[in-house]
Amino acid sequence: MIRIAGLALAMALSAAPAAADQDATMDPFRSVMWDDMRAVILGGGAVLFDQRVRVTAPASAEDALNVPVMVDASSLNAESKVEEIVVFADMNPIPRILNYRPASAKPVIGLRLKLQQATPIRAAARTGDGVWHVGGVFVDAAGGGCTSPALAHGDPQWERHLGEVQARAWGQAADGAVRVRFRIRHPMDTGLAPGIPAFYLENLAVHDGQGQELGRIDTFEPVSENPVFTLEVSPSPASRTLRLTGRDNNGTPVLADIPLPWRQSALP
Amino acid sequence: MRPVLSLVFCILWVLPGWAAGLTYRLEPRLIAPGTYVFEGAVEHFTTQNGGNILNTGFIVTNDGVIVIQTGPSRRYGEEMRAAIAKVTDKPILKVFVSNQHPDYFLGSQAFADVPIAALPGTIDGIRVEGRAVTENMYRLIGDWMRGTDAVVPSEPVFAATQVYGRHRLRLIPLSGHTQADLAIYDETTRVLFAGGLVFSDRAPTTPHADIPRWLDALDELATLDSAVLVPNHGVIRADNSAIAQTRDYLNWLTAALGRAADGGLDMTEVMALDTPARFASLAVLREEFMRSVAHLYPKIEQSVLSKVN
Repeated sequence: MIRIAGLALAMALSAAPAAADQDATMDPFRSVMWDDMRAVILGGGAVLFDQRVRVTAPASAEDALNVPVMVDASSLNAESKVEEIVVFADMNPIPRILNYRPASAKPVIGLRLKLQQATPIRAAARTGDGVWHVGGVFVDAAGGGCTSPALAHGDPQWERHLGEVQARAWGQAADGAVRVRFRIRHPMDTGLAPGIPAFYLENLAVHDGQGQELGRIDTFEPVSENPVFTLEVSPSPASRTLRLTGRDNNGTPVLADIPLPWRQSALP
Repeated sequence: MRPVLSLVFCILWVLPGWAAGLTYRLEPRLIAPGTYVFEGAVEHFTTQNGGNILNTGFIVTNDGVIVIQTGPSRRYGEEMRAAIAKVTDKPILKVFVSNQHPDYFLGSQAFADVPIAALPGTIDGIRVEGRAVTENMYRLIGDWMRGTDAVVPSEPVFAATQVYGRHRLRLIPLSGHTQADLAIYDETTRVLFAGGLVFSDRAPTTPHADIPRWLDALDELATLDSAVLVPNHGVIRADNSAIAQTRDYLNWLTAALGRAADGGLDMTEVMALDTPARFASLAVLREEFMRSVAHLYPKIEQSVLSKVN
């Protein structure tokens, strides 16, 4: 079966060295943008650079339009529940990438984003006490991701596929979590490519079969075209489907029911 | 004394490369009668190697010299031409460029006075992407690139056997590594310049790959009775084993990415997967595997995500 190597060589994994000799309030990347990020993105709240917020991304972006990033803040949960995760990239012309509120889900999200140049990519996880726990990686990139037109504009039929969802959910783990991956057809125009106005998904939510909200994502322009997300949600045992809803900044709705894998526990 | 020193410094500054000591130190290696190769490092593009990671070559015939690939930069092309001139005073007749990747053609400025031949698909690829890949090379290897511009090959070639002196060169148009991959088989010496299709003890690169077509191309190359196989990157061998090695890796890669998608892995998790022990001898394995995930996984994962609305 599939085994995951402990730590891949060229993989950047939570570079924040929150070691004893390191002041946990000092930005490990010494980014010139950090003070602004803290003020604008995190509202100036209390901040702790914390390795327990694991951010994984390749150290060098092969495709600046699709840089894969995985955030896992689940080891914070034992101490205090993670209420919100904010993902941002200091050097991007639009730094804010998404906010994720895992209501009944692990504080884990996989996504892809557009990078304009080499930058720290960070995830800030806010725990119940209001503290932002910040992890991050530095990713090198040839750049140009945010100012390039979406590939969809090369296809005259793209509007026909707008809002199409492809998805699949994977079997229940021992802790009741279901992994769900979904892809939504959307150009995610940043507004920075010449002559193409901003047109992007603004929010997405996943509910279980009983209408209980499992997680909610506010998405922003730097999320990649035709975004793909990975979440780990905990639907009620009786749920047969997950419902994905959302809309873009022009009001176009997203609606899809994602079948859950067959589960023993759902039988009467 | 001081003015003399200043003069020396001036000269060092004015002559680019001298100051930084940038030279590829190209040494031609004879691999068959009249046939030479400049072996590249089995590494990634770095500011240390100046992009010299490709096996380029030339064939000295009675009519003149045939050059195969021009290297990663103008400086490389110029040094290559100077190194050829030390071997023979015959004129250069023609240059062949096997595909559109930067290390195959960015030395072409040094051969601007002779026909530069490539498959039509390669010519189109360089015309469309040449500028962008050139800019990216400046970012990757820096000063080595000084003065380098993309040159679009001037002569389209097709499947043919061309005769130069006593060398009969069979031009074999294939694809799969890129949209057009030119292999050159010298029927006289049985040397195969496999172009981008064959890697030898070096992990294959996939930025423009179509793997099913690539595997077909490998089958076709395996039918040739080659005495020496010059892979684009890696060790030159007196047998066909590099073809089997490349095929083995590509088959494993496709199957591993398919399994990962079916298991619900996100892209960063796939990048962290273990690679089989039998590929441990391949140089830059981890880096190339991660790049391949970026190139190939988005399409493969779509095949396991069903349309639900």
